[in-house]
Amino acid sequence: MNVAALRWVPRGLGLGLLAFAVFGPIGNLVLWAFAERWYWPHALPSQYGFAFWSRVFAPRADAWGSLGLSLLIAVLAVVISLLLAVPAGYALARREVPARAILMLLFLLPQAFPSLPIYMNIARLFYSVGLNGTVPGVVLVHCLHGLVLAVWISAAAFAAVDREQEEAARNLGAGPLATFATVTLPAALPGLMASAIFVFLDSLDEFTGTYFVGVPDIITMPLLMFHAAMGGNYQIASITALVLLVPSIAFMLVIERFLKADVLSKIGG
Amino acid sequence: MSASSPTSAAPIEAAQVRRARFAGRPDLWGLLLLTPALLLLIGLFAIPAVFSVLGALTGKAGGLSLEHFRTAITLYGRDIVFTAWLVCLSVAVIALLAILIAGYLILGGNRLAVRALAWLYRWPLFVPMICAAQMMRSFLAKNGMLNNALVASGALSPAGTTSLLDWRGILITFVWKQLPFVTLLLAGAMAALDRSMIEAARDLGAGRLRVLFGIVLPLVRAPLLVGCVLTFVTLMSVLSVPVMLTADSPTMITVDMAYRINTFGDYGTADALGVISYLMTMLAAWVYLRQAARERGP
Repeated sequence: MNVAALRWVPRGLGLGLLAFAVFGPIGNLVLWAFAERWYWPHALPSQYGFAFWSRVFAPRADAWGSLGLSLLIAVLAVVISLLLAVPAGYALARREVPARAILMLLFLLPQAFPSLPIYMNIARLFYSVGLNGTVPGVVLVHCLHGLVLAVWISAAAFAAVDREQEEAARNLGAGPLATFATVTLPAALPGLMASAIFVFLDSLDEFTGTYFVGVPDIITMPLLMFHAAMGGNYQIASITALVLLVPSIAFMLVIERFLKADVLSKIGG
Repeated sequence: MSASSPTSAAPIEAAQVRRARFAGRPDLWGLLLLTPALLLLIGLFAIPAVFSVLGALTGKAGGLSLEHFRTAITLYGRDIVFTAWLVCLSVAVIALLAILIAGYLILGGNRLAVRALAWLYRWPLFVPMICAAQMMRSFLAKNGMLNNALVASGALSPAGTTSLLDWRGILITFVWKQLPFVTLLLAGAMAALDRSMIEAARDLGAGRLRVLFGIVLPLVRAPLLVGCVLTFVTLMSVLSVPVMLTADSPTMITVDMAYRINTFGDYGTADALGVISYLMTMLAAWVYLRQAARERGP
């Protein structure tokens, strides 16, 4: 046997162990999602099937309501975050805003603070204005980190737009608004799409803020999963978790198509 | 082309004139565009943050008092130490593994192995923390896939299996979930480095580990520190993982905060624990910043 082939022994062992560490937990979740009977000490379920799937997705089960609610909240969080972040990102990237560095830092601060105590106090404030346990309340909570993500990514996306194209449009007689709509916005669109997807996923997966602000009426998918898991129902928790995994993994596989290197290099610039 | 060249100076001038007109004046339109986002940030972040500090410092009788901190430390002192220790340990393990994986991605000799690793490591990147908690609850249990695999491989006897659902479970879940994020940051920074220095060192006979820790790592310290601080902050506020993985004591202070509020409506003690978690985060950021400053200095 030659040396090159022998080198595949440690390589293969390392990659194999990593593959088990990465996919083992996911595999265990998938097993539970399709297990109908699984008794200790059997290593594998004794019966597989879709019985729990049909129970989770029965026409009047909680899962449909939670799924719809999660999607509604995520879409609203994207719309509000982007409506606020696109002008802010444009201003930070293109206008001579005073104290720009401090403003950029301010938009990073929520990410540099433990968020649970913040959510706790948002819930307390919302309680006094009747926003607790309502969809608008939960959407607003999701907008906090959504806005931070969207401002940073859209500022980078606008900074990556070629200035000369904008100036050429202005010199050909286009006003500032027409230039923005026909030149700047289309060029920044892939980056803005990326930030929309980030905000959407962030909202879909958000647990802690919803846990404090959503009680008792807003049961999104992560909360449904949490209640099933704490109630000891592994099948239902696993099925809900798998449904939540689909958009996350799908985005992981296509992220590079949306976040181009030129935008990535401008983040924080 | 030649016909347009005499006029091409005019547009540049026009742009300069436009810019000069606004120079030195505060950009009111820019500020106006920023205002809605700033207002939301103030309402959803600045005000709650101030309230949490005020809530922690206001005594039951009103007025400035440290009584909530006394309660928090008496009841949850062990949890505070446990949280700080566990989060620091997780960040250290994540940083070390991220350096090794990103280092192999840039220095690895075999293209196939590098591509396999690049494909493999990032899967947990966008997996929600709460899904990771549910996965680990079954994977690390006494009858979970990890123990079953160890028994099947002969490394463990069926009687020797133990549940890892204690601090080790929290640590493993944190590392599993956050490692791809730090690795991605680090691998991106390493890929942007000038390769000539690395290749020169390799040509002079430096081993791969020496090149990684001696040459590559000092150049990517900044993104590594950023990744570590962001991970520290994230892990400091995870509620789902400690709740779902273990009912042991000590536990993380996020669990204590939720418990004080849900069971007693005791915002004072919860806010005091919250402020303690801010202080821990600031301490971590300060240690990193001082470290970074010292390395840059003479």
